[in-house]
Amino acid sequence: MSTTERAVAEPPNYLSADYGVKSWLLTTDHKRIAILYLVAVTVFFVIGGIFAVLIRLELLTPQGDLMQSDTYNRVFTMHGVAMIFFFLIPSIPAVLGNFMVPIMVGARDLAFPKVNLASWYVFVLGGAFTLYAMIAGGVDTGWTFYTPFSTTFSNTHVVATGLGVFIVGFASIMTGLNFIVTIHRMRAPGLTWFRLPLFLWAHYATSLVMILGTPVIAITTLLLAVERGFKIGIFDPALGGDPVLFQHLFWFYSHPAVYIMVLPAMGVISELVAAFSRKAIFGYKFVAGASVAIAILGFLVWGHHMFVSGQSVYAATIFSVLSMLVAVPSAVKIFNWAATLYKGSVSFDTPMLYALGFIGLFTIGGLTGVMLATLGLDVHVHDTYFVVAHFHYVMVGGTIMGYLGGLHYWWPKISGRMYPKFWSKLAALIIFVGFNLTFFPQFLLGYMGMPRRYHVYPEEWQVLHVLSSAGASILGVGYIIPVFYLIWSMRYGPRAGDNPWGAAGLEWQTSSPPPTHNFVTTPVVTTEPYEYKAEEVTVG
Amino acid sequence: MASPQPLLAHHFDTLDQQRESASLGMWVFLITEVMFFGGLFIAYIVYRTRSHAGFVAGSHELNVMLGAINTVVLICSSLTMAIAVRASQLGDRRTLVRFLVLTAILGLTFLGIKAVEYQEKFAHHLVPGPHFAWHGTTPGTVQLFFSLYFVMTGLHALHMIVGIGLIAWLLPRSMRGRYGPDYHHPIECFGLYWHFVDIVWIFLFPLLYLLGRSEHV
Repeated sequence: MSTTERAVAEPPNYLSADYGVKSWLLTTDHKRIAILYLVAVTVFFVIGGIFAVLIRLELLTPQGDLMQSDTYNRVFTMHGVAMIFFFLIPSIPAVLGNFMVPIMVGARDLAFPKVNLASWYVFVLGGAFTLYAMIAGGVDTGWTFYTPFSTTFSNTHVVATGLGVFIVGFASIMTGLNFIVTIHRMRAPGLTWFRLPLFLWAHYATSLVMILGTPVIAITTLLLAVERGFKIGIFDPALGGDPVLFQHLFWFYSHPAVYIMVLPAMGVISELVAAFSRKAIFGYKFVAGASVAIAILGFLVWGHHMFVSGQSVYAATIFSVLSMLVAVPSAVKIFNWAATLYKGSVSFDTPMLYALGFIGLFTIGGLTGVMLATLGLDVHVHDTYFVVAHFHYVMVGGTIMGYLGGLHYWWPKISGRMYPKFWSKLAALIIFVGFNLTFFPQFLLGYMGMPRRYHVYPEEWQVLHVLSSAGASILGVGYIIPVFYLIWSMRYGPRAGDNPWGAAGLEWQTSSPPPTHNFVTTPVVTTEPYEYKAEEVTVG
Repeated sequence: MASPQPLLAHHFDTLDQQRESASLGMWVFLITEVMFFGGLFIAYIVYRTRSHAGFVAGSHELNVMLGAINTVVLICSSLTMAIAVRASQLGDRRTLVRFLVLTAILGLTFLGIKAVEYQEKFAHHLVPGPHFAWHGTTPGTVQLFFSLYFVMTGLHALHMIVGIGLIAWLLPRSMRGRYGPDYHHPIECFGLYWHFVDIVWIFLFPLLYLLGRSEHV
């Protein structure tokens, strides 16, 4: 269809195709389901954020003056549960992936649209269980639910939370299953595996982790709930059961889950770096392969969470070496992004600011991960703020940076509108500064021995804690600004046009917002991915 | 088109693409099921290795005869299911309906026999929890054995119940003649599920009932 034809009779897009609550709640359009997920995960981000505020407020002073130990235990547990299971894991796949995977493969929808809608309802149901647990008094086991505390001694709502996690896992499985089948079976003519955007390679690798790992956390939380609910002692040492087995099963999923969070973010960064350097990704096949390598290696390293859990020293040594190996494919990505930037025609639009932020922060998070994989060092800093800082650099500095970068990159496609440049760049800078101020002092605290999950600490650490809390408030402001201007832009933002960034990729060839079936005619792919030519002029 | 719904969903280009997608989706789903039961099997193997005596003693309390009958029942149900799939591919409506019903009956037979076994365990105070009673040595690990026995066979039975529910959903459609040479992947995919549930039992039966049978307690 030519541009003049479209101007004459603009076809309805997915947003204007139908109106009313029912048209949203019963939709099978992957784009609308992505919006439903966007709303749902934002709600949980706010909930998790409120708990984070409480934690940072309490830690302003060395004494426990805002809450008692019991309350504090619940607050950090619910922060972790909300953020990990209900925000970080679904954020990029279920929102950006749901929207973009079918469009990027040139399909009209995911392979199983009804399963996709069901996954959202399953997510909401799991969320409802967890919210119930939170409102009824919370849970205090830590997000890891270690036995025998969780099965025998805790007097909080472990079963409801555990079932919430059990249920929400199936939402994740459904999403992963849909992506795998869609990428295998629904690619447009000419779209070979090595022409796929790296976002899709990342989502394919993520989906593998989702379908292989999530069932194991499902059976683990189910066993936990059964043991606690019926008092039958599966992990109870008094009967010959083994709490360490729980830890093995738990981390068999929960370590790969880290890659469910960060792999899609890496996929986003690959898109952003290419689009805003106006160059093809350096070493495309290696970046693609690195995603799969991380997914596979990710399943072989869970034991590094258990270096001080009474695991055999030989197992620990092997897990230590394997954990360090993950750094190899991760570094391949970092170096290839850097090489893509080299002699690229780099522009610093808002999404690119997040991408560059990701590269810096993930490098710090990744390198401290190698430090923690070292047996001797880990025994020293295990369960300290060093670990807390490390995984926040990976999850917040990695995943949330990728999520926000991707959201800003595709927002013109999703909403059809552009957001204000000044405010969005300001927010990205505030987030970067606030993030580092929040979490860098925690490396120092942890190295000096500040244990995680304590709310009382010696006075000499107060300065660093105050810095961290101050950073958190700056970070909070940075997260709130986009909420305002993105909502504002939906009504008042200037129309973005089909391809505001002049980017390659199928998603930029359809209109903004896309029509319900994504493309007027099925696209045929004849070029390699990221075909940016030096003299290319932005058409818009 | 005769049927109320078009056979080809809007987002697929061809019936072949639709069938291949459904089949791949089913296989991926079965992989998640393998991992789901895999967690349980790992727990069982770890505990059995550590608490050998208790697990052998617990195993001796199971009714091998009923377990063996159930194994035969399930294998027969896999055969009837395979015949039903074949009938759907050929568009043979009568055979399809007949063998789906037969599969469901065999499934219900399995569940009935399982219920008898569960009832025996209740009567002998072998259900883990406050009423568990064991007068021999190692009562703890025997209880552990029964905890795993009930979780494993219980989840398996739950899958059987889901399967019979799915047959109830497929039956009216089969009677209306919805499945034929062009469109039969719902039956095929369900067949894969049914065989999977069957195979889980093929592993459960020796692990729970047979291993260590020859050893004296």
